[in-house]
Amino acid sequence: MLQIKARIVDNKKVSDNYFRLSIEAAKIIREARPGQFMQVKVSAGYEPLLRRPFGIHRVKKSTIEILYEVVGRGTQVLSQKTSGEYLDIIGPLGNGFSMLDGRYAILVAGGMGVAPLLFLADKLVHSYPLVLIGAKTKGSLLCEGEFRRLGCNVKVATNDGSKGFKGNLTDLLKKLLSTIPACRSGRDYGLSTIYACGPKPMLKELALISSRHNIPAQVSLEAHMACGFGACLGCVINTKQGLKKVCKDGPVFNPDEVIWQ
Amino acid sequence: MRPKLSVNIGKLKLKNPVTVASGTFGYAEEFSDFIDLEKLGAIVTKTITLKPRQGNPGPRTAESPAGLLNSIGLENPGIESFLEDKLPFFKKIGVPIIVSIASESDPGEFIILAKKLDKIKEISAIELNVSCPNIKSAGKLIAQDPKATYEVVRSVRRITRKTLITKLSPNVSDIAEIALAAESAGSDALSLINTLTAMSIDVQTRAPKIASVTAGLSGPAIRPLAVRMVWEAYQKIKIPIIGIGGIMDISSALEFFIAGATAISVGTANFINPKATLEIILGLRGYLIENKIKDINSLRGSLNV
Repeated sequence: MLQIKARIVDNKKVSDNYFRLSIEAAKIIREARPGQFMQVKVSAGYEPLLRRPFGIHRVKKSTIEILYEVVGRGTQVLSQKTSGEYLDIIGPLGNGFSMLDGRYAILVAGGMGVAPLLFLADKLVHSYPLVLIGAKTKGSLLCEGEFRRLGCNVKVATNDGSKGFKGNLTDLLKKLLSTIPACRSGRDYGLSTIYACGPKPMLKELALISSRHNIPAQVSLEAHMACGFGACLGCVINTKQGLKKVCKDGPVFNPDEVIWQ
Repeated sequence: MRPKLSVNIGKLKLKNPVTVASGTFGYAEEFSDFIDLEKLGAIVTKTITLKPRQGNPGPRTAESPAGLLNSIGLENPGIESFLEDKLPFFKKIGVPIIVSIASESDPGEFIILAKKLDKIKEISAIELNVSCPNIKSAGKLIAQDPKATYEVVRSVRRITRKTLITKLSPNVSDIAEIALAAESAGSDALSLINTLTAMSIDVQTRAPKIASVTAGLSGPAIRPLAVRMVWEAYQKIKIPIIGIGGIMDISSALEFFIAGATAISVGTANFINPKATLEIILGLRGYLIENKIKDINSLRGSLNV
């Protein structure tokens, strides 16, 4: 866990409201694992006051990338930063995904959920992971090309059917798990692991699917947090073992342990 | 010239007047990656209760203009587990430990807690949190009633010689009245202020942003109010004041000393800049040198009116 001043290398619009920020953070890279996040102070002053948490999206030689959507004041301010400016960053934070060797990886990314899963895919690429990406429409699909270029097996779902499977991402997953024979090109779906990030209803549905098919899963959750490193106790969620901190006990949880509301 | 930064809080001598506000520093371990903990003047623990408390449901925090709303609900492992699991780390740091305590339903719990802490020599002081706004069962806060404040402080005073600090609430009409009650009951010092009861609403869902509806407001938004309360209390009491409320940096810390604080606690800033405390200690030294002030104690209450 480090607090550093990181130089912005690039901060570019990807599409619509989505931006990709690239910062120099060699020290953080040394410790970073997929599923971990960083706390970014987007302005030096009090507006906004708190840092903003962002999942580590991609790691290159000495730069870390963040993919973000402009949704409020914090991301608005961040989107106006330009290369050469510095950002105060704390990271890497949280537990991250546990990458299970020898299991077939299924990555399920709903909307902005692609952000931390691209870093994970990069680490799992040797096992030719299946990546399911979902969005409302074709235009709001994120990172399809990035996942393909890594060499992943990418399938797409859109709610309006403008590209790929028409419907929810979880319906696509259900279809794949039921229609594709258990063994496909030597890979047994029963020996898979699901890694997911996306909107809460999607993750809740995914918890049901994973338990019905008896496939272990890891889901990355979000919560409002003040510090990000376990001090404020703000970001708790309900689990079967009591309240847990999303920032420190998570953000990656076993969906069976989460009490979904 | 190396200016003198040490101050006295009751029997307790601090090497510098910078500490942390209860509940904003976890159990110190959380900050060990960021700062050299032994440089702090003292460390105040998260508030400990007799029994473990799960705290309030989420969402527990929300942001407001220059402020933070929180309603954690005194989540803590309880005194026994604190002494066993958390205290050993504090002992290793080697700075004075101030243990914050609170009762849940019966103010008599303060006495039981204080008796347990009184036996432990590594604990330098006890802070009585009679002002947490986020416990449901509490109703009126102890710190909203001068009589109730007097009684709690008095009852703890009788059983311990350790330095006693009483943390007061800003949710009162006359802070000096409560400050006097704590002083006359034997409190060695006061912590001023706890958070302000506040709320914030999501207008799309019309739901409160915090699950427990109301929460405590902290951060720079409350600083002018905190400075005013320190100034008001300072003129009425003789015991030292630990100033708290939206201290983010050196200039905000200085306001509290000038208003009458003997020491200060950094709160919300710890969440945003975990190095804030050490930056303030450095800044204090610089300010004193620049202004040719030999001793931080001569800055106290030096307001030019």
